[in-house]
This record gives sequence, C-alpha cells and structure tokens, in this order.
Amino acid sequence: MSVVTNGLRQTGSLFALALDVLRALLRRPFQTKEFIQQSWFVASVTIVPTALVAIPFGAVIALQLGTLTRQLGAQSFTGAASVLAVVREASPIVTSLLIAGAGGSAICADLGSRKIREEIDAMEVLGISPIHRLVVPRVLAAMLVSVLLNGLVSVVGVAGGYFFNVVIQGGTPGAYLASFTALAQIADLVTSEIKALLFGAIAAIVASYKGLTAGGGPKGVGDAVNQSVVITFMLLFVVNFVASAVYFQVVPQKI
Amino acid sequence: MGTEIRVEGLTKKFGSQLIWNDVTLTLPAGEISVMLGPSGTGKSVFLKTLVGLLKPDAGAIWINDKNLVTLRENDLYEIRKLFGVLFQDGALFGSMNLFDNVAFPLREHTKKSEAEVRRIVMEKMDLVGLTGAESKLPGEISGGMRKRAGLARALVLDPEILLIDEPDSGLDPVRTSYINQLFIDLNAQIDATFLIVTHDINTARTVPDNIGLLYHKHLAMFGPREMLLSSEEPVVRQFLNAQTIGPIGMSEEKDADELASEIGQELPPLPPIALQLGTSDGSPRRGQKPAGEWCRTHGVTPPPGSFQSKNAGVPGVSQVPAEGPYAATLASADSGVQAPTSADATQGTTAGATS
Repeated sequence: MSVVTNGLRQTGSLFALALDVLRALLRRPFQTKEFIQQSWFVASVTIVPTALVAIPFGAVIALQLGTLTRQLGAQSFTGAASVLAVVREASPIVTSLLIAGAGGSAICADLGSRKIREEIDAMEVLGISPIHRLVVPRVLAAMLVSVLLNGLVSVVGVAGGYFFNVVIQGGTPGAYLASFTALAQIADLVTSEIKALLFGAIAAIVASYKGLTAGGGPKGVGDAVNQSVVITFMLLFVVNFVASAVYFQVVPQKI
Repeated sequence: MGTEIRVEGLTKKFGSQLIWNDVTLTLPAGEISVMLGPSGTGKSVFLKTLVGLLKPDAGAIWINDKNLVTLRENDLYEIRKLFGVLFQDGALFGSMNLFDNVAFPLREHTKKSEAEVRRIVMEKMDLVGLTGAESKLPGEISGGMRKRAGLARALVLDPEILLIDEPDSGLDPVRTSYINQLFIDLNAQIDATFLIVTHDINTARTVPDNIGLLYHKHLAMFGPREMLLSSEEPVVRQFLNAQTIGPIGMSEEKDADELASEIGQELPPLPPIALQLGTSDGSPRRGQKPAGEWCRTHGVTPPPGSFQSKNAGVPGVSQVPAEGPYAATLASADSGVQAPTSADATQGTTAGATS
C-alpha cells in the first residue's frame, strides 16, 4: 500500500513542480545570464556524444533499410524510408536519450549537490525561489538545446545513411537523393522538433525534481541521478509513442 | 529593531515519526536565545521550520501578526527577507567566490549600485574578519571561514531575526569564543532577535538571554538564562552541566534499570552561574538584563559563587573567583568555596585537554 501511495505522491510532486515551472516562466526578471550559461553547459556536454551516436544510428537504419528494400524490390525508396525513419523517430529518440543521459544527469547532480550542501535552502531563506532562479533557466536551456540537437542528429543521421547506402552498399546516389521527398513532408520535421522540445522539457523537469528532492548525503545524490535518468527514459518512450500516435491522426500522410 | 517570534503548539512529524510535539515559546524581540538539546532531537528541524523551509504538522508561528505556517508562497518569500540564517556549513554557493556570495542577496533584492554593493559587502566581510579573502571560492577555504562568510551573507540585508545553526561545530575553541563575542556585539549593533541552535554548553551558559531545551520530543523548558541555570529539573540540570547522571542516556533516553541504578548517587551541586558575556566595548545591549535580576525577582537563590566571573561553572575552566561588579556583594552573602566534585573533575580534565 505504502509503495502505491508513495509512487502516487512522487508523481503528484513531479507534476506540481512542472506546474510551478510553468508559473515561474512568466515571472520577471527572466534569468538571462543563467539561461545562457546553462544552454552552453547542456550543449557542451551533449554535442559530441550526440554526433557520435547519430552516425552509427543513421548507418544501422541505412543498413537495415537497404537490405529490406532490396528484399521487397523497392530499392528506389531506400532514401525515402531512411529519411522518414531518421527524422520521425530516430532523431528525437537519440536526442532525448542524450539530453536525459548527459544533460539531465548533469542538471540532477548539480542541483542535488546544492541541495545536500543546503545551498537550495539558503537560497529560499534569502527570499529567492530556486524554481524561478535555477529550474526555469535549466528547463528552457534543455528545450532549446534539444531542438538544436535534433536538427544536428537529423542531418548527421541522414548523411550517415547516405554514406552507408551509397558508398558501402553500392546504392545509386541520384535515386537515394531523389526519393527524399517521396514520402517525407515538412510536417515530419515540425513534429520531430516538437517532440524534441517536449523531451527536453521532460528531461530537465525530472532531473530538477530529483535533484531538488535529493537527500541523505552524497549517496543520495548518486541515487537521485540514477533514478532521474531511469524515470526520464521511461517517460520519454511513453510520450514518444503518444506523440507519434497523435501525429498519424492529425497529419494526413502522402500516398 | 528585532521582531518577536511567537511559536504556539508546534508539532513536527516525518511520516509517523514524531520529531517534537506541542512546542510553545516566545523569542523576545531583540534578545539572544539559545536552543539546546541532545544530538538528534530536531534542533535543526526546529530552525528550518521557523523560516518555513519545513511545514509543521500542527501549530502556528506568529511573526508581525502573520502566521508563517499558513502564508502563501509569495508572502513567505517576502517575510523571509526579515530573516538571516546561518546554516551549519555556511551553505555558500559553490560556484561563486566569497564576494559574490555575500553580494548575492543585495544584487537580487535591491537596486543598489555596484559601488554601494561593494561598500556594504566589504563592511560585512571586515566585520567577520574575512578581508582579503573575497576572491576565494568556498571550496578553497576552511570550515570556519565558510561559516563566517555565511554569517556575512546572512547579515548583508540587515535582518531583524538571525537564526544560527550550530555556530561552534567544526570551529576551534578560540574561534568559537570570537564568534560568540561577535554575536553579542552584533546584537548590540543591529538589535536583531537571535536564535542560536547549539549543544555547546559554554556558549549556552554565557551568551544568551534565554535558553530553551528540546528533549525527548518536546520542549523541556524555555526561559531566561538564570532560570535554567538555577533549575533543579533533572534533564535541564544534566544537560547544562554535561553529566552522565540524569534521564538523558547514550541513546536518547535511559531505561528504567539504568535510572534505578542511579538512585542514591549523589548529584554534584549546581555550579555557579557565570556572568553573561558583555559587548567588547562594554556598552549595554538593549535586551541585556542586570545579572541576578531574574533570581532576585523570583526568589530563587542562585548557586553559591554566581555572577562573580565570566566563566564560572563552565566545564574545563578553573573556578577562580574574579573581581566583578557583583563579587563583593555576593561573596559576602556566601563565602563558601565550591569544592570540585568527581564529575566536575573528570569534565575538567577532558575538556581542559581539548581547549
């Protein structure tokens, strides 16, 4: 019983924090300096791993699709399918994994260590809301970087796919490029960016929540980081599924 | 001018675990109060509840006719500007150097020019003896310095209430004496209401105007310093004299067997009450009361030798009667010299070795 109520309480507090963040978004003055610092920080810890993950990810998709399309006799659609797979699904997922794994864990560790050093309490006592001062800039920074990274992953993924399909598997470059727009449309890119925006927000809010509720010394911070990454991953995959389902209902597909 | 804090029936639980129950006390405006208690009795929790960092399960905290417990979040942030809080480890912001740490509240809450901020920060840094360390990061300095920097930050907005969590933990005895002197001088200067949470008996015996003792999930006693120091109440007596005989055991409370085995053991007589620590320039504080006043008005005979020296009754200090304003009058009333008992003697050697 207590496991259930505890779970519900945690969920409730997480949503309460999300609402507080929404409310604090509107409060002036906006913490521009902190926002820029955090954006730079999140970008610096995620850009290189993201690019390094995106290349093999694009390659794997290209390999799989290249084989599959040949088996189905639809080689001319390799490029089209690869773009769809990368832009619609792979790119937001890769981005979100890295934002959660690299950015979120760093945010959680940072806030958690401040919490156990009583810095957060000190800030509240000085009459400053840590949500307004610390959490809001981090959430916005994670969202911004997530959107930008999503673009990066899409480009690197598609380029990786092109390289593997054309250079390694000996596909036709012209056919690959020409089929890009056969199935994909601009709504795919928009949806992809909206997903990235959502994922960035979720990763940062979960990380902040876990960081701000860390307790029990350095081990507590370690636990909080661990939990924040696990919870974010679970949430992201669920949200990704829901977002994709909504997308297919709302956006008419090319035939 | 300080602000009075009235606490009524305050109760705090963590889950089903009761921390303390029905705590009622008034911290008088502009006076220094000390909250004592064995380790783990929720002293720090009490302090955090007073600033609204923790919500009590019942009760009220009245500050300027506002109940802190039921305040909305924005009003709470507003009322917290009255407070200065010194946390145990200073709670400095690790990413900023000492200057920025101390300047932080000024920059967030006031529209002062950078020159003005600099002037105030340097003044407070000088007050706590940290001039020259402005550009150091909190990670690069000792615990004592962090604590003093935390104090400078707590003072920078001229608080009306100053809450201090264990100022002596991690400080050497000399620095502890300095910081205690600093509290007295500060109180004379800014007239704020002070609450010091500690378990250092030396501090508790000589610094405050009022003492409170948290024990066994309730407030055992709260009142003027002389009332507690002359009290025969077993818990108060045991704690303020650092003895093993009494209801407080190694793990919170002694069981019946242990207590029964103590029956018949002779309690050492109450040590004399020391003079309260005065300001360094000798000027009186507003909250200060004449020595022995409470005892006289309440018809309590203070222990022999009281109000003669500044360190009478403090464990680890040799009890030499000193010449004080009351020495002549009181010494004539009582010429008995207190013979150190065995408990006092052991205390004396152990404490003496460390100090």
